Amino acid sequence: MDFTVSILLATFIISVLALFVFIASMAKGLFGSGGAAATQIFDADELGRVEDPAATQAQRGDLQRAMDENKPALAPAARDAEQIATRLRADQSSSLVVGVCLTLAVAWLVLASLAGLISSIKLHAPDWWVGFEWLTFGRIRPIHLNLVGYGWCSMAGIGVALWLIPRLLKTELVGARWALLGGALWTLGVATGTVAIATGHSDGLEWLEYPWQADIPMVIGGALVGFPMWLTLLQRKVEHLYVSVWYIAAGLLWFPILFLIANWPGLHFGVQQATMNWWFGHNVLGLWFTPLGLAASYYFIPKVIGKPIHSYNLSLLGFWSLAFFYSQVGGHHLIGGPVPSWLITISIVQSMMMVVPVFAVAINQHLTVLGNFRALLYSPTLRFIVLGAMLYTAASVQGSLEALRSVNAVTHFTHYTVAHAHLGLYGFFSMVMFGAIYFIMPRVMKWEWPFPWLISLHFWLVLVGFAIYFIGLSIGGWFQGLAMLDKDTPFMQSVALTLPYLQARSIGGGLMTLGHLVFAAHFFMMGWKFGPKRLGAALLAPPLPAVPLALARTPARSAA
Amino acid sequence: MSFGVGRFEMDELRLVVGAMVILSGATALLVVMPYLLLKDQPPTPGLKPYTELQAQGRQVYIANGCVYCHSQQPRDIALGPDALRGWGRAPVAGDYAYDTPHLLGTMRTGPDLFNIGARQPSRDWHLGHLYQPRAYTPGSIMPSYPFLFETRPGAARPGETVLSLPPAWAKPGQVVVARPEALALVDYLIGLDHAYPALQPLPVATSAAAPAKKAGV
Repeated sequence: MDFTVSILLATFIISVLALFVFIASMAKGLFGSGGAAATQIFDADELGRVEDPAATQAQRGDLQRAMDENKPALAPAARDAEQIATRLRADQSSSLVVGVCLTLAVAWLVLASLAGLISSIKLHAPDWWVGFEWLTFGRIRPIHLNLVGYGWCSMAGIGVALWLIPRLLKTELVGARWALLGGALWTLGVATGTVAIATGHSDGLEWLEYPWQADIPMVIGGALVGFPMWLTLLQRKVEHLYVSVWYIAAGLLWFPILFLIANWPGLHFGVQQATMNWWFGHNVLGLWFTPLGLAASYYFIPKVIGKPIHSYNLSLLGFWSLAFFYSQVGGHHLIGGPVPSWLITISIVQSMMMVVPVFAVAINQHLTVLGNFRALLYSPTLRFIVLGAMLYTAASVQGSLEALRSVNAVTHFTHYTVAHAHLGLYGFFSMVMFGAIYFIMPRVMKWEWPFPWLISLHFWLVLVGFAIYFIGLSIGGWFQGLAMLDKDTPFMQSVALTLPYLQARSIGGGLMTLGHLVFAAHFFMMGWKFGPKRLGAALLAPPLPAVPLALARTPARSAA
Repeated sequence: MSFGVGRFEMDELRLVVGAMVILSGATALLVVMPYLLLKDQPPTPGLKPYTELQAQGRQVYIANGCVYCHSQQPRDIALGPDALRGWGRAPVAGDYAYDTPHLLGTMRTGPDLFNIGARQPSRDWHLGHLYQPRAYTPGSIMPSYPFLFETRPGAARPGETVLSLPPAWAKPGQVVVARPEALALVDYLIGLDHAYPALQPLPVATSAAAPAKKAGV
């Protein structure tokens, strides 16, 4: 016990000291600057000019006016044909691989949603569809998780990252074919692994169900999708690396290593395997999905409103503290389990320290949008991404609290944890990806979203659906935990009381799935260039030079 | 505006080195240290290795994802009343010496199964419960597993295990026989019995010396 207490103190003191050293060194004449790196994502003609290819002409006008009213000081430079051509070349260099990745992502999303909905219904209708082995709860649930994690989220994150890289480095994407090959291998791995789970060949570890035969193409594929980034970095035309680049580069570096160590056959055993399992299980969230999601939100929030992020230094603090603290929190999944107590103690301390990176990101992004919340009304991209960023804060703070022993005693082993997991991977990550895809696809396809009302429909369906899902399951899970802690309550009581909440979850999940079907239908309509032709100022489309751009922009600006 | 370029500015080298150092640190802490500490951990005395049939049953448990609803790690009495529910004492690492992959689990949609064999040793109960959980536990939300059984008209063949279901759930004129997977799974479940003590009793001399030593400090 004394050993545990000293570990607790030591970890805490080292963490706090490291933090203070960092803050102090930044504060030494460094605070409040960093403008050069923060404005790196803007060309001269972009700063102060709103941008959202998913918005209609009218929405863009309103968006610009909303921003101008608030801060008219930022007068954007005149459109420059050369800069537009550079951006256009950057987009063209990535469009094929990004289009492929995002299309796969959307296809996986639909399958993953259906698998999730089936799992959810099965929990309150246990005799429904029991004849097929592959549809039994214990198989369709991990199929859902893996399709969401490795299918939808990873593919979307990779697609968005590959689109961002040439934009962030102001050059063309080099070696896109490596990423295409990587994406193909990755997809092969996901498909193989999913079939393996369905046919009863799971490895049996959460987040690591895919057998090694499916892991090999994913490790190689995961490394290959990073190639174009490293090659493009060698050719970069920017002096400073923007925040998003750090997150993308680190994420692409971390994932293959994590996945390789975690899946190495015959290496892990017994309780050690359990600690490894949650070292991986939490790092795949913290060092893979979170960096990709934050990279996107750090780019799109300032980009849409045409205003740089609030503080470059804060983002630097956020990045390193995220990497340091997040990578050590995995043990909190094993509180009360047969693992060394020092390990759990370290993880609990670092889970609490996670408030540092979370608030660094939250304050930074909040202050960027602050005073411009009306922009959410007009920009579909921003609506999704700002919601996602806010839910990132919520999910992270909730996660820190759940790591406390007193809270964990209630929530561990309950549906509350499932709701929390969805707040992170859906509320935060998926919402940000939706927004990013709405922004990116018009650039990739050179075609606007055919029916803007479908974007709104998607937004409201998933928002309402997710609210029902999350609130219902959190309440149900909490009560379930309390019932399990009460020695006088029979265990079956903890099952029976969750039923209405499990049903609510299916309703919420049904609305979310419906929203995804709307999204996918819209996505493929766009892919087939369906719908009214609305090529206009949203696009940096040929024919060059950007005469239509300048023409379309001018009236709105002079009106403002 | 430059603000300490060269000191805090992020470049590729710093990014890669920093990212790798941090990941290595976390891996050392959460993967390598437990590996070194636990690799020579002997099985707790009293723990029996799995028989071949039990090992097969464990694979059936894994293949059908039982772990997504059932934990195998009773919590200490300080954290919850698991022991009072008859789920057993808090386990130690040596209890899992033969458990690869580990099946600790993170959900208790159903009860903990670490000592299900001690709690419910009836093979007939387990077979019937897998076939139709609600026949034995009203209100259960566990899926039924008809694909682990064969239902057909007529009589069973010699050597087959016939389910004796409660009358309300029996199918007149038909027999329900267990497939080998069901038999293996039930054998594994009945074998889940960690009711032996976690610690060996201390030798007399040491246990007498311990309080004295503590008092001395």
